[in-house]
Amino acid sequence: MKEIFLNPQLWAATLAMATPLALPALGGTFSERSGVVNIAMEGIMLIAAFFAVVFAHATGSAWLGFLGAIIVGLIVALIFAWAAVSLTANQIILGMAINIFASGITAYLLNTMYGFTGTPTDTPMLPTIEIPGIKSIPFLGQVLSGHSVVVYLMIIILFISDYFLFHTNLGLRLRAVGENPEAAETAGINVIKLRYLGVALSGILSAMGGAYLSIGVLNSFNPDMTSGRGYIALAAMIFGKWTPFGSFGAALLFGFATALSMQLQNTAFSKNIIMMLPYIVTILALVGVGGKSVAPAADGVPYTPKK
Amino acid sequence: MKNILKELYIPVVAVLIAIIVGSIIMLITGFNPITAYISLFIGAFGSVNNIANTLANAVPLILTGLGVAISFKAGLFNIGAEGQYWIGAIVGVWIGYSFTGLPWYIHIPFALIAAMVAGGLWAGLIPGLAKAYTGANEVITTMMMSYIAIYFSHFLLEFGPMMDKSGTIPQSPVIKESAVIPFLIKNTQLSYGIFIALAAAIFVYWLMFKTTWGFEMRAVGYNQRAAKYAGMNVPLNMVFSLGLSGAFAGLAGAVQMLGVQHRLYDSFTSGYGYTAIVVALLANNHPIGVIFAAILFAALGTGSQYMQLNAQVPGQMADVITGLIVFFVAAHRIAEVIKDLLARRQKKEVKA
Amino acid sequence: MSAILEVRNITKRFPKVVANDNVNLTVERGEIHAILGENGAGKSTLMNIIYGLYKPDSGQLIFDGEELNISGPHEAIEKGIGMVHQHFMLIPVFTVAENIVLGAEPKGITYDRKKANDLIREISQRYHLEIDPDAKVKDLSVGLQQRVEILKAFYRKAKLLILDEPTAMLTPQETQKLFEIMRELVKQGMSIIFISHKLEEVLQISDRVTVMRRGKAVGTLKTKETNEQELANLMVGREVVLRIEKSEYKPGDVVLSVENLTVVDQQNVTRVKDVSFEIREGEIFGLAGIDGNGQLELVEAIMGLRPKKSGSVFFYGKDVTNFSTRQLYREGISYIPQDRQADGLVLDFTIAENLILREYKEPTYSRSGVIQYKKVYENAEKKVKEFDVRPPEYMLKARNLSGGNQQKVILAREVGYNPKLLIAVQPTRGMDVGAIEYIHRRILELRDKGAAIFLVSLELEEIMSLSDRIGVIYNGQLMDILDGKTAIREQIGMLMAGSRFDKTTLEAR
Repeated sequence: MKEIFLNPQLWAATLAMATPLALPALGGTFSERSGVVNIAMEGIMLIAAFFAVVFAHATGSAWLGFLGAIIVGLIVALIFAWAAVSLTANQIILGMAINIFASGITAYLLNTMYGFTGTPTDTPMLPTIEIPGIKSIPFLGQVLSGHSVVVYLMIIILFISDYFLFHTNLGLRLRAVGENPEAAETAGINVIKLRYLGVALSGILSAMGGAYLSIGVLNSFNPDMTSGRGYIALAAMIFGKWTPFGSFGAALLFGFATALSMQLQNTAFSKNIIMMLPYIVTILALVGVGGKSVAPAADGVPYTPKK
Repeated sequence: MKNILKELYIPVVAVLIAIIVGSIIMLITGFNPITAYISLFIGAFGSVNNIANTLANAVPLILTGLGVAISFKAGLFNIGAEGQYWIGAIVGVWIGYSFTGLPWYIHIPFALIAAMVAGGLWAGLIPGLAKAYTGANEVITTMMMSYIAIYFSHFLLEFGPMMDKSGTIPQSPVIKESAVIPFLIKNTQLSYGIFIALAAAIFVYWLMFKTTWGFEMRAVGYNQRAAKYAGMNVPLNMVFSLGLSGAFAGLAGAVQMLGVQHRLYDSFTSGYGYTAIVVALLANNHPIGVIFAAILFAALGTGSQYMQLNAQVPGQMADVITGLIVFFVAAHRIAEVIKDLLARRQKKEVKA
Repeated sequence: MSAILEVRNITKRFPKVVANDNVNLTVERGEIHAILGENGAGKSTLMNIIYGLYKPDSGQLIFDGEELNISGPHEAIEKGIGMVHQHFMLIPVFTVAENIVLGAEPKGITYDRKKANDLIREISQRYHLEIDPDAKVKDLSVGLQQRVEILKAFYRKAKLLILDEPTAMLTPQETQKLFEIMRELVKQGMSIIFISHKLEEVLQISDRVTVMRRGKAVGTLKTKETNEQELANLMVGREVVLRIEKSEYKPGDVVLSVENLTVVDQQNVTRVKDVSFEIREGEIFGLAGIDGNGQLELVEAIMGLRPKKSGSVFFYGKDVTNFSTRQLYREGISYIPQDRQADGLVLDFTIAENLILREYKEPTYSRSGVIQYKKVYENAEKKVKEFDVRPPEYMLKARNLSGGNQQKVILAREVGYNPKLLIAVQPTRGMDVGAIEYIHRRILELRDKGAAIFLVSLELEEIMSLSDRIGVIYNGQLMDILDGKTAIREQIGMLMAGSRFDKTTLEAR
């Protein structure tokens, strides 16, 4: 047992596994802080994962694939925002709709574009990065260095997110819209625009998470390869009390559970029991064990501007 | 009559728009949508066997759909029907294979009722109590409970206590003959379970609209405060509504095990729990509407396989159309927006 | 110099009602201009139009000499119009400073906390409105929250300040403090629109007053040249009957007896302190008080909707302290809750279903758990006729009824069963005169039949004209119980403000 925890691979895998959760969790923080519950992040990740491969293969550049994935994710997010914010449709149901659509359309296009053999094997991958100073430190170097570039990008985005949300004027306005849209509107703030912004950011970050799965970790796309990470990211965000660092911490915890269950693959301990833990922890957090998580006051409530 | 037409308006228009958008996608990807839809229709309804398979597919969708509809009607978002389905399936199969010597008329009801109780507890006990007494959002808790249920089934089947020890494939033993719900039409998947599903729909209709319990559930669903002020026990009602909702999802799992699969396979999803949300939504949570909505999505499912074989259109087109239908039902105000645009354009034309 | 604001021929229609009907109004510079009118007269709609929250169907606004073409509050703010809404537009989890600068933060990308706080300290000193910029709004009293709202307008350099029913939530002392502030502001050059439906306040503070009735501006008067009676007549449109014809007061047995009741809320703040009173058969007991002084908590605790910390409740001598809401109903208590749409009705249920919302489980309407809809509809048909619900179609959803008719449905449900005790909270809130008279008559009929009535209202007029005895609540304490016949307005007002010093009145009793 002890060897498992002393193995740097476990901790490196934790960070790697946390990344595709932390990115959409950060995105979800923006969306929900502006008052929109976006469970469509799951579908956006999946669509982005697919188009990352499509664009990367077509252009021969993983970076253009990454960019293409972000643009497609943004478009889907804007469609969601249009229906959820402008048409005040039910956000949960819309999210489900997009997720079902995403699962269908990616598998459909996979078959029509690449046949039944899967995505091309010569699809380029995003680079991994060795950090010069840290790399040579024993243990720590193995944990922190040599990850996909997206992992480091995520860390940078984490700090920017926190700064944006809690230290800028725009962040203040975004949070105001999620707490009391009517008050924000009477203060002259355009509620609709800021909610679009919140959802758009969640789309961009989810798309990065999706692209990481297809061209960061692998260089291929498989049907339903996100396997619920968009939902788990939501749980991480709630567990993290709707804050960027909290969400990141929760994503690390969830990533750790996944990493540990992989390490336990060949031991008597059932990995399936370990895999349940994050979900149990999330329920406990919601119920109020260890300080209750309180959502923004207007989270999930559509707003109709007065006329 | 007028009311029925009014209620049908949104779902019918949504389905039509979804079919049109689906056609566009097929045209872009180089398929003829008309041949595709024809073969989809033949696959779903073209022969007695096809109809039977469509109906067989509808059975778990009707039952899970009823479960979700109950919770929606009570103002709660049970989106964890998938997990409750798994728990029902686990309990149903376990009773099915581990009890011997029972006559069918005891064995089957025993398995079904136990599955309902298990599914009911899975939804009512943790998400229900958590919602009622701590206000924990049931969307998240039921979803989390779904994942827990699925990992629990992996645990049981992957070299766990419910694995069939005679092989190395992670699956449960086959249920006993006395627990099998017989097939209605040979060489199809259609069992007598269809009657259980239909009876359940009628029962739920009666419960919702004719009984005091249904009255309470609907009152709490529409306006919790008014229900409380009228002397109703709102928290208890929430627990019961979620419990009842889970019970039908659990029943779906057991009926599927006893009627179709006869053993539990290791898998990541049955898919029914998620489609159930779509079924309830399209039916506007009306129990009788659930039957028709379930048949529609079941037809998409069976028809799409045929379509893949005969028109070479990948079967996932069914999911694409399903997603589009839900999107347009949810965003039904699109119609207003389009009307507004047209009206504005007309005004402009008049001015010009 | 021209007027600060001219409103010309403004009309605004909503689906069912013309909220503003060709309204004209001029506000001079440096004046306090009161807009007086009953609930629903169109005051708030007009203000929302001026502030850019609503678009008028026709008409013009001239502000500071130029025509306004406002498409949103953003522009109204820029031009120099500030508004304090009746329901505060504040974000409880934000600080005072964040609330004030929101939407007009100090320039830059980063939120400059120090600069924002300094600016607010400066403004609050200039106008003598002391406040801690770093306090969270949720921790402030109502009076201080209003101060934040006013500061919000000053921060945005408002030239015209609209105060929408600013005294509704204030104690008389806080109201006087607000009036001082208003006078000080006018001295500094501010123009103020003061919206109210309280005559005495309008007379006390304004320079001129425009009266609105049913969407129309029916007259603008100089405050000095008018009086209470004239304004009241303009407001209601006919001679106001200030006293309702009432039969003789013949109290019978004690019906409800509340003893030493104390209620604390979830934050452990005491809301009701050691309250005791009795209500007898054939008696209307009115509870007067300013909003938020524990009335709601007292009623909800009696009705089993809220836990009691200590004390007891007796009904005809029976201890019902720990009875559930349903048990209390079964004893013969009826309850008209404050907010009819939120608490009294299920808007998506039919009228027929709403009429049995409490009694669906009783043998009259259900047998072994199955509702007997035939009986439900028979009952509905009868009640709809008896209480003149319009339209008289009981299969209609409650949502489709007007406010007055919704209240009739609740009245039919609660009064229709001949209760022994009726608890009515704000039974005429937001209704027109005709509907108010109808409801008052029904309540008096019930009293004359020998029922006990517990009437809670924020309208002192309503309390004084209906009650046989009047209790006054302040800060959760029952200050005194007065005789309905001899009680005078000033005395009640004093008690509502929490002062007991008026010994002479007390002794005279």
